[in-house]
Amino acid sequence: MEMSKPKEALFSKKNRGLLKDPMNVNNPITVQVLGICSALAITVKLKPAIVMSLSVIVVMALANVITSLMRNMIPNRIRIIVQLVVVATLVILVDQVLKAFVYDVSKQLSVFVGLIITNCIIMGRIEAFSLGNSPWKSFLDGIGNGASYGLILIVVSFFRELLGNGTLYDYPVVEKLGLYELGYHNNGMMLLPPMALIVVALIIWWQRSKTPSLIEKD
Amino acid sequence: MNINTNSYTYIFAIAMVIIVASLLSIAATSLKPFQDKNIELEKKSDILSSIGVVGEDPELLFNEYITDQLVIQDGKVVSSEITAFDIDMAAAVKESNNTRKVPLFKAKKNGNTFYVIPMRGTGLWGPIWGYVSLKGDGNTILGASFDHEKETPGLGAEISTPIFQDQFPDKVLFSETRDGIEVRKGDAYGSQQVDGISGGTITSVGVQTMLEDCLIPYKEFLLNLSVDEIEMPADSILSVVLN
Repeated sequence: MEMSKPKEALFSKKNRGLLKDPMNVNNPITVQVLGICSALAITVKLKPAIVMSLSVIVVMALANVITSLMRNMIPNRIRIIVQLVVVATLVILVDQVLKAFVYDVSKQLSVFVGLIITNCIIMGRIEAFSLGNSPWKSFLDGIGNGASYGLILIVVSFFRELLGNGTLYDYPVVEKLGLYELGYHNNGMMLLPPMALIVVALIIWWQRSKTPSLIEKD
Repeated sequence: MNINTNSYTYIFAIAMVIIVASLLSIAATSLKPFQDKNIELEKKSDILSSIGVVGEDPELLFNEYITDQLVIQDGKVVSSEITAFDIDMAAAVKESNNTRKVPLFKAKKNGNTFYVIPMRGTGLWGPIWGYVSLKGDGNTILGASFDHEKETPGLGAEISTPIFQDQFPDKVLFSETRDGIEVRKGDAYGSQQVDGISGGTITSVGVQTMLEDCLIPYKEFLLNLSVDEIEMPADSILSVVLN
């Protein structure tokens, strides 16, 4: 039995692009420079950065799917409000779940979980993508963008925690290597917000040098 | 159907709000028990860490180390319908000194008795709180831990770091000249003085005021601890106090 219009495979080239592109040529942080505020705030240590990334992936994927399912029902004039309500609801749910099951992490993330609502990447993806695409595509887009946001967060927090604190995921790497006895000192400046910006900038530099399509003509 | 008419927009908005509101209230009510449990466990591990006990299972350790929970009012142990653990310090410190009922936790570790006093006060931007643990004489500090809600990171928030807290052990709370601990700028050499935080003066002073204020109801009780309750070797500070 043949369909009149061939159905697109779940992981067609185009759909895989939705997952892959945000990782590199369309990265929300390093190319679009969105979501910088939280990238500064919670990248001091790996653990909160990972939890934040997971929370953002969950919120972004679900918000994309929900708005995509409703895309033909949402009145145009209140669509931004609807998007906000969807995101805010999901964020409150995530916050409540974190408080109930990973309390110490939720204390560290404190206000930043609430600030997922204002994460420009999420609102940006809903407005630009999920309002015009099918739920499955929106889901992939949400996962792709969330994961690439998380990737940058984790890379930045890796360097900040290692150089600033001498630990990785709270494991005392530097101490175990015996570097302190050789006169090594942690660089306290890595823990301050400006260093997050500088690390992000270094990533942008490295990424651009590797990806010719990102380099402007003049 | 035209989804851009006024009536549709209103109906859509109302339906959305009702669905979202009920969803959130269901989630909040069903997760509440877990969240309350977490807060309780945090309180227990805070009390334990003030006597230097840190471990995986605060519930178990709490039952092991905390031997008694007393409710103190105006220097005396009183009976109370709510247990010492459940006393809400935020509400208690608002009452006047002689009517407020405050908790005191008695702990036993390695054969020594310790007393843990919860504290609550005001910093620069919001509440600050902590636990001060005392040795068996009811006067010498074993350890102190402080925490805050929204003091400035790097300034007032430093009260929750070891740099500030490690100054407290072996200081004394009561003497002829002063009750509490004075937070000084620089020259904190006395047995009742600690060095404040540069740039965090208001929070530091908040800690001092909190100590002074929260100690009042306990003073009589602590100073009258009978000698047989003191199982530790009497050192010099101790003998001064008892005289």
